[in-house]
This record gives sequence, C-alpha cells and structure tokens, in this order.
Amino acid sequence: MSNSLIEFRNFSFQYRAQKNPTLVNINLRIEKGEKILIAGPSGSGKSTLGSCLNGLIPFNNPGIITGELLIGGKAPTSVFDSSKLVGTVLQDTDAQFVGLTSAADVAFALENQAIPQSDMIRRVYNTCEEVAANQYAMLAPHNLSGGQKQRVSMAGILVNATPILLFDEPLASLDPYTGKLATELIDRIAQRSKCTVIIIEHRIEDVLHRHIDRVILMDNGRIIADCSPDEIVVSELLDEVGIRKPLYVKALERAGVVLLPDDKPGNLESLVLTDTDKESIQKWVNQAVSQELKTTNHQEETPLLELLETSFSYNITTKTKKLVLDNVSFKLFAGEMTAIIGANGAGKSTLAKLIIGFEEPDTGKIIYNGEDMSGLTIPERAERIGYVMQNPNQMICKPMIFDEVALGLRVRGFGEQEVRERVESVLEVCGLSKVIDWPISALSYGQKKRVTIADALVLRPQILILDEPTAGQDFRHYTDIMEFLLSLNASGVTVVLITHDMHLCIEYAKRALVFSNGELIADCHAYEALSDPELAKKASLRETSLYELARLCDIEDPKSLVRAYLS
Amino acid sequence: MTSFGYIPRKTIVDEMSGASKIFLTLAMSISAMITFDTRFLLLVIAVSISLFIMAKISFKEIKAILVFIFVFLLINNIAIFLFAPEQGVLIYGTRNELLRISERYTITVQQLYYQMNVTLKYFSIVPIALVFFLTTDPAEFAWSLNTLGVSYKIAYAVSLALRYIPEVQRNYRDISQAQQARGVDISKKAPIKARLKGVLTILFPLVFSSLDRIEQISNAMEMRGFGREKKRTWYSGRSFISYDYIVAVIAILCIGLSVYTIVLNNGRFYNPFI
Repeated sequence: MSNSLIEFRNFSFQYRAQKNPTLVNINLRIEKGEKILIAGPSGSGKSTLGSCLNGLIPFNNPGIITGELLIGGKAPTSVFDSSKLVGTVLQDTDAQFVGLTSAADVAFALENQAIPQSDMIRRVYNTCEEVAANQYAMLAPHNLSGGQKQRVSMAGILVNATPILLFDEPLASLDPYTGKLATELIDRIAQRSKCTVIIIEHRIEDVLHRHIDRVILMDNGRIIADCSPDEIVVSELLDEVGIRKPLYVKALERAGVVLLPDDKPGNLESLVLTDTDKESIQKWVNQAVSQELKTTNHQEETPLLELLETSFSYNITTKTKKLVLDNVSFKLFAGEMTAIIGANGAGKSTLAKLIIGFEEPDTGKIIYNGEDMSGLTIPERAERIGYVMQNPNQMICKPMIFDEVALGLRVRGFGEQEVRERVESVLEVCGLSKVIDWPISALSYGQKKRVTIADALVLRPQILILDEPTAGQDFRHYTDIMEFLLSLNASGVTVVLITHDMHLCIEYAKRALVFSNGELIADCHAYEALSDPELAKKASLRETSLYELARLCDIEDPKSLVRAYLS
Repeated sequence: MTSFGYIPRKTIVDEMSGASKIFLTLAMSISAMITFDTRFLLLVIAVSISLFIMAKISFKEIKAILVFIFVFLLINNIAIFLFAPEQGVLIYGTRNELLRISERYTITVQQLYYQMNVTLKYFSIVPIALVFFLTTDPAEFAWSLNTLGVSYKIAYAVSLALRYIPEVQRNYRDISQAQQARGVDISKKAPIKARLKGVLTILFPLVFSSLDRIEQISNAMEMRGFGREKKRTWYSGRSFISYDYIVAVIAILCIGLSVYTIVLNNGRFYNPFI
C-alpha cells in the first residue's frame, strides 16, 4: 500500500471509437502537495490523462481501461466521486459558467451540496476575495475580461476545497500579460491552500515562470520524461516532440552557451550564468548587431490598404457609447506580413471587422488600392480581403471539403468547370490536394484551419486577415501553419495576423501594429514592440524573456539581443 | 437598442420574490382565461395595472412589445369577427343589431360585448406578465420555479437556456458574418429562396458548435456536483417578505373568485342581456 495521493499503475486507456489506445502503460505517482506540469503536444494524451483524473473518463467517455488508477488510495466510482477530490478548471471558462452573476456561479458547487444559504454567501465572499474577484462578483460572467473570467472560474472550483486542483490549459486564451498573472495566481493558491496542483499546458515557458516541482512530458500516449524543470528545458526531448523551449534557452543555445540542469535554467530568476557564458552572449550579440536588418522603404509606393482617422464605437445602452477604435490611421503595403497585437479588448478584432465590412466606421475612411471601400458590400470586399476566423468550426458549413471550398465560387455563379479548377489549385497551395474528396469530419484541427484559409483564398484576395491563427495549437502545428503562411506571403499575398502570441509576432511578422484601448500606440518592427517594457506594459503584453536575459548578461540595449536572436 | 429585460429598480415589486410573482402571474392568467365575467376581468385589470404602476416600468422599455401585442390583438379581433360574426348572439341568446354590413356580417351589441371581453383578457394578463419579466432577476428564476415545486433539474435547465440565449445569438452573428464574406447573401436584397438557403448554411456550423457546447457544459456541471444530491440550495434564493404573502393571498383569491363566477354565472359567461 502506497501513500501517494494519485497513482497510475500500468494504466492504459482506449476510447471506444478509436483503434489504438490513447494512453499506454502509464506509471505515475503524485504525492500530496506537489505542483506538477503535464506537458506534451496535441494528441499526446495529456488531456486524456486529465480526464482520467476528474472522472470524465471512464464515466462520461467510456472505453477500455487496463491497469489501475488510485486517487486518495481508492479507485473512483463516478464523476461525483472524483469531483470530491479533484477540482477542474476548464480551458474554456465560458463552458464552465452557469451562473447569471459571478457570485452565483462561484456558489454553484456549494448549491449542489445543499449548503445553507448563509454559509454559502460567506464562503463565496471569502473565495472571491482570495482570487481578488470581489469587485465584479455581481456582474454577469460573460461580460468580464479574459483574466477576470479566469479568476471567477478558479473561485468556482476553489470554493469546493478539493485536495487536488487540475488546470486544463489555463493559459490558452489569455494574452501574455494576463497569462503571467494567472501563473502567479495559481502559484499563490497552491502555496496558501497546500493543494496538490496539476497543470496541463504546452506553453511551458509561461508555466515555469513560477515554481514547479516536476514536469511530466508526454508523447504518443506515453510518459517520456518525469523530471525537474531544470532538466526538461535543456533536454532534447522538447524539440523531438514539438514543444517550444523557453525563448531564453534557445537564445543561449544559439549563442553557444551549453546549459546543464545544475545551472538551474528552469526559470530565468534561478538561472546561473558564469562570466564566460555572459561574454559569449555579448560576443554573439555584438556580431549580430553589425549586420543591418533588412528594412523596406515604402514611401514611394501606393499603399494596398489605408485607414484614415477611423473611429468606431458601439452602443451599450441608448445613451452610453463605448469607443472601441479611436482615430486610427495606418498604411499596409503589398507583400507585407504584419501583426496586430494588443490585449484582449484592445480593438484588434473590431479593426478587422471594419476592414472586412462587418461594421461601418463612425468616422474616417478605409481605402483599398486607392478606392474608398465604404460603398462595397461584404461579399465584394471578400474578393479583395480574405478573413479567417479563429475557430474553423464556425466557418465550415459543408460536410465535404470540395463543396466547402467551392461555396464562395458557386454562390457567385461561377461555372462548374472553373470552380473545379480554382478549388483544385487552391487546395494544392494549401497542401490539401490529397484529401480533396474527403469529408471535413476526417480532418484534424490544423487541416480544418487550412480549409478555412482555402475558403478565403479561393476568391483570390490580395490581403488575408487571420484572427489568432495559431490559438490552442502546439508548437509543431503552430510551426506548420506559420510556415504555410510565410510561403503564401512569399507568393505575394499580404498577410495580417491578429494575435497576442509574442513568439509568433517576433519570429514571423516583420511589422507590428500595437493597440491599446482602441488606440494605435505603436507601428514598428515587431522586435522593438516586444523589447520595450513601457510599450509592452501599455499593450498588456509582456516583454519577452530575451529582454530579461539581456539584463542578466549586462547588455545595455536589450533590443540588440532580440535582434541577434532574429538574425 | 434598448434591451427588454430585468433592470433593478428598487421598488416594492422588485423586492417581492420571483416565486410569488410567478405564482401571481400564473394565477391571474389562468383565472382570466377561465372566465369571461366582465366584472371579474375589470377587477383583475385593476390589480394588474396597479402592480404595473408600482413597478415604475418606463413606457420606453415596453413600447416595442406593446405595439406588437396591440397589432396581435387587432388581428385577433378582426379574425373573430370574420370567422364567427354571430358568436356573441350564440353565447348571450339575444340579438340587438347595430349595423348590417352584408348578408353574413352584422354588427350586434352581443358580438361587441363578447369581443370587448376578449380584449379585456389581454389587458388583464399583459401588464402582470410584463411586471414579472421586467422585475424578476433572472438569477432568481430557477430558484422561483424550484420553490413552486418544479424539480430543480428542470428549473435549472430553463434558467440555463435563458443564460445561453445571448451566447447563441453572438455565435449566430459571428457565423453569419463569416458566411456573408464568402458571398452567402441573407440580406433582404436576396430572393427568399436564396435567403432560406443562406440561413441553412449558417445553421450547419451553429448546430454543431452548440451541440459541442452542450456536452462541455453538462460535463462541467457534473464535475461541480450538479445532480449529486436530491435537493439543492440556491445562492440567489431569498426569504419571503410580507408582500410575498399578500401577493400569494391575492393569487389564491383570484383563482377562487374566478371559479366562483363560473358557479354564479352557470358557465364561463356573464350575461347582462337577460
């Protein structure tokens, strides 16, 4: 008999509808009070492992289990049974909210245990205080910002005081700064409550921002590493399975510094660099700075798209208006790859909606290739500017791939001969020609994303706007999509990325438009935006770890290190 | 656009619990539906309108819905006259002609009186129903139903549906915009057949994403213990104040009186013509 709080013994699981097991021979012990990160690419089985802990497997998603799982020394018998020990904070907080006010939502678990109302009110108040959510306890959860939503959803789980807390991709939908706060909040909760905390996440750099006891790395349904953060970040396994190494680790590697677990590289604050290490970084940076970064001068060209003093506000009630975009002007030139960055709610998506014509600006003009677009309908604009929504499932409306991509042409009355030619050529570009006659349901998420890009491209627009093209994707799929967009860009399509992923911004976009509270606060090279702490703070971004690394190595101009990394 | 819904107004009517307001609304609606007794209907209207005044609902909030109800009432009255011009005569057994329009259509005092009673029913039910919808915190809705004896699972399902309506609307708007960009035209300019086809294209992703959503939500609810116990308590529940008891008494009186008028009139109609 062991004393572990959680114990998987030779545990395997196979979904009923699948041919092969999703989890293979898992042996894992988690002790009381530990703080664990479970990382792995999509399809590695990490989420399935989480579902085994909270009981959704096998009770709501049946399948074949071999081996055993003990929680608190015994095998759970129902979802209810598991939920007494494991509290799960879901990735999508909106799916968790059932209450009409935040406080009522936090109370949900208590209501279900028939706790008297007076106790309930006190416990809800205390829990909201613990996560600093009392200010908006009486507001409807769906009116809150991303960070606030997460606090409320955490409170809704914490109120139940379960000994184990499971966070399922807690950072997936948060902007970088809010994600950092969330990591800190989880850490504070872990310390105060003495709970066992399990975080499932593939953004390991962001989770390792605070102390983690152990990292479990999964791939293909198996545990392939179970070690300390210091060991995992220097391990080759991350590259092999397609998980992004922390940026500072990659920079150090590029500078030729050999990191060992004893240097404590798991976290920048604990990292120990010798003077020789620092010197080699400085040398690397100086070398890179001497090479000029390529910049294109567009002054003489006509812009492909130009926004002139555009403002937009929407009505909250009949009397009050909320200004979402405030006097925004910029020019986009043909062939550019531009990122639009800023916090959730900074006006990024509204900007896209104005350009595509879903909304009309209150004042200002949007000019495409010298032509004022205000007279154009949405379908007419779509032939000039393609738009790809974040969630492909919201765009796809035909069961077959061919029909899906052909839709835009067919409604425009193209002949079947031309439809076939154009669909075939666009699917070729998108790397989907092999699956042209497949049903959509057979595709992976990343392939569906490509189908929606094909949906837009088939109309041959010159500009493609993508809303969070890589949200919720692991590093491998992320790289696939971004490399694909780069190749599109190289073939002449102007690409605009709406994102809060700083890595994406730094590595792929040449230019960044930074928004904060509806204002365009910077229009610069992407690396400049992310190595300027003041700008980063304003835009609720987070300066990259490269910036902190530069400080650690006594490099005066942190931007130079970012530039060195990019070249 | 002014939204039609609950706004806290801090009146006595607001402070009454949702449970007693549902009870009163149901009782008044049922009793006004049972009987055509003019005297009783006038009494119900008096109660209904005084609650409406006490609730301090501004006319602007309900303008749209009132117009809608008025048009509906008008259509209803015209339809009654077109299809059953002699209904009043049939009910009241006498016939006093006012104006002969044609062979089939004659305006009689009895028909006018009958249709007035139908109209009075609207006037007795509409104000109290508006009061209920505009002064009851949706958060209290599930608790109210549960207090009145509806199983908590059903009560919660109803309130969850209310909670997710805006999300489905948002989702519909996002999807329809994306489809419009591809050229699917659902605007008034398109012919009706194309519009219907366009709406179907939008429903496909909407239904599938909603089904996914339902599964996620029900899993999340189960993980927080929904359905584990036979009973549950309510964070948004409240204790009854004296007005609640008064309202309950009025509700019971209403039903009692309505049944009494049926006994008294020997049927659903009060006949002033004999």
